[in-house]
Amino acid sequence: MKNALLILVLAIGFSSCSKDNDDNDIAQLVTAQLSFNHQWDGEDIDIFNSSAIQYTNANGEMVSIERLRYLISELSFEQTDGTIIDIEGYHLVDIDIQGALTFNTGIEIPAEQYTNVSFRFGFSDTANIDGAYTDLNVVNWGVPMMLGGGYHYMQMEGSFINDLNEELNYQFHTIRAAENPGENVQNTDTSFTVNLGPLNATSSGAVVVNVDLAEWYKNPNVWNLNELYTMLMPNYDAQILMSQNGPSVFTRGVELNP
Amino acid sequence: MKNLAYLFLIGLLISSCKSEDDDNGYTATPATLEIPALFAQLLPTPNIPQDNPLTEEGIALGRKLFFDPILSADNTLACAACHRPQQGFSDQRQFSIGIDGIAGTRNSMPLQNLAFNSSNTFNWNGSANSLEAQGLEPVTNPIEMHNTWANAASEIEAREDYRLLFEQAFGTSSIDSTLVTKAMAQFIRTLISGDSKFDRYLQEEATLTPNELNGFNVFMDESRGDCFHCHGNPNNPLWTDNIFHNNGLDAVITDRGRGDVTGDPRDFGLFKSPSLRNLAFTAPYMHDGRFATLEEVIDHYSEGLVFSETIDPLMKAIADGGVQLTPQDKADLKAFLLTLSDPSFINNPDFSPPN
Repeated sequence: MKNALLILVLAIGFSSCSKDNDDNDIAQLVTAQLSFNHQWDGEDIDIFNSSAIQYTNANGEMVSIERLRYLISELSFEQTDGTIIDIEGYHLVDIDIQGALTFNTGIEIPAEQYTNVSFRFGFSDTANIDGAYTDLNVVNWGVPMMLGGGYHYMQMEGSFINDLNEELNYQFHTIRAAENPGENVQNTDTSFTVNLGPLNATSSGAVVVNVDLAEWYKNPNVWNLNELYTMLMPNYDAQILMSQNGPSVFTRGVELNP
Repeated sequence: MKNLAYLFLIGLLISSCKSEDDDNGYTATPATLEIPALFAQLLPTPNIPQDNPLTEEGIALGRKLFFDPILSADNTLACAACHRPQQGFSDQRQFSIGIDGIAGTRNSMPLQNLAFNSSNTFNWNGSANSLEAQGLEPVTNPIEMHNTWANAASEIEAREDYRLLFEQAFGTSSIDSTLVTKAMAQFIRTLISGDSKFDRYLQEEATLTPNELNGFNVFMDESRGDCFHCHGNPNNPLWTDNIFHNNGLDAVITDRGRGDVTGDPRDFGLFKSPSLRNLAFTAPYMHDGRFATLEEVIDHYSEGLVFSETIDPLMKAIADGGVQLTPQDKADLKAFLLTLSDPSFINNPDFSPPN
């Protein structure tokens, strides 16, 4: 009886980290998880202490980062046989919320090699359904219907010094681009997929993503904050330019404890 | 040893099934919130703590306590004296007056839809992390009720009617601050406002005038009012983001606001965005009630912004004083804002003093 109890306890203990394959072998599992590490021009920054005007963008303007939120969706892991493991759900990274720099999916995936890990910045058009996500509604993540509704992709805000040496606020908000704001608005999906490359997840499903915020201002379009710093949501051309600059922002970081 | 192992497992099973309010084996009548259809569709489920479930008896007790001056040291001041139903559970005075005739320094916050506040910050500076915690401070604050909890609890416990009500709500007549604030938090969670003209417009049960519609567009237009980033949109019927901003009121910060709680200089002068519901009843406006009218509020965002170190990056055109609305847009914005008021809320008999 003592042995039976021991087996029961052990079974409970292992049930959270293994699953039965068809041949009854025990496959190890790891939790899929993304952690976001913020940088400026390739150097790590303390994103919790970024509100002073201290970063210089490609156009030579000094900027601060006071508020930063962005949405990640469609996380997926590609197995070596080409099978894609899609992780349901989305995550709002928010530098003002403890723990929100990590997207802990709570989903377990096989501990093995993957040929690619990818995610989407923002929502695809099919997922970008106005008012559909209660947790995003309550944090004012919505986009006005005059711009097509749905949700923001990113809100990056702070101050900068303009060419007249004045301190101004900027609101670098990305949404799906909206042409003809109003009743006949037409949208262009400006979300994009980020491919992080292969992952050895034999011991951990944690992936570090470097987020180089300086890239929003330089690659391929050098951003002139003096001209484009506010009211960017209804600016179709600005949204296209931001979308073009976005993909180089996100790269694979180094996992410290693989 | 075997028996010990059995007991351990059985104990684990039992502990995972036991509810928090079973401490003394008593369970009051479970109650549910009346959630408007729009809220049910658009908002997360209300934030009810596991250790303070809603019950019919708890809500009734909280209501009685809310309107009873027994919590104040001289039995003259009830919660409802500064959170008046007819003022949207706020106070028409700029600063409420405590039992010693001393005025506070901030305008009384309206109490509405707080069950849906998932940020777990309450008060203008977010000093309380739950409604239960929020109820503790005013009783002992020397410029408010100026009492001690020991005295307040003792006075309540001396009353036979309260002993019975606490017995019915919590299964005990041993009264303390924890149970008092639990009961009041239950009542406050029932204060739901979701039947404004705009709510009905969204459900195609009312129409807006052209001026109200233009005001709504001013509110939602990033190139005009851009009010929605802090105060929400039709998909957030709370009409607040429940976070903290410096909205450009003062060049020199004299009230640290959120900074008093966090100690972080970056939070100096930040206050919680108030909900825009029931503005028809909740004047005066801003954390210090400095504006008597909505016209003054709108003028502030249009031409009155001033720079300070912690001003929110969402504040625009500060050098010009703000977003420079036209007189027509200002008038229409006010008309729209008033459509967010809900007379049925302030006249709800369930929210009035009990007999």
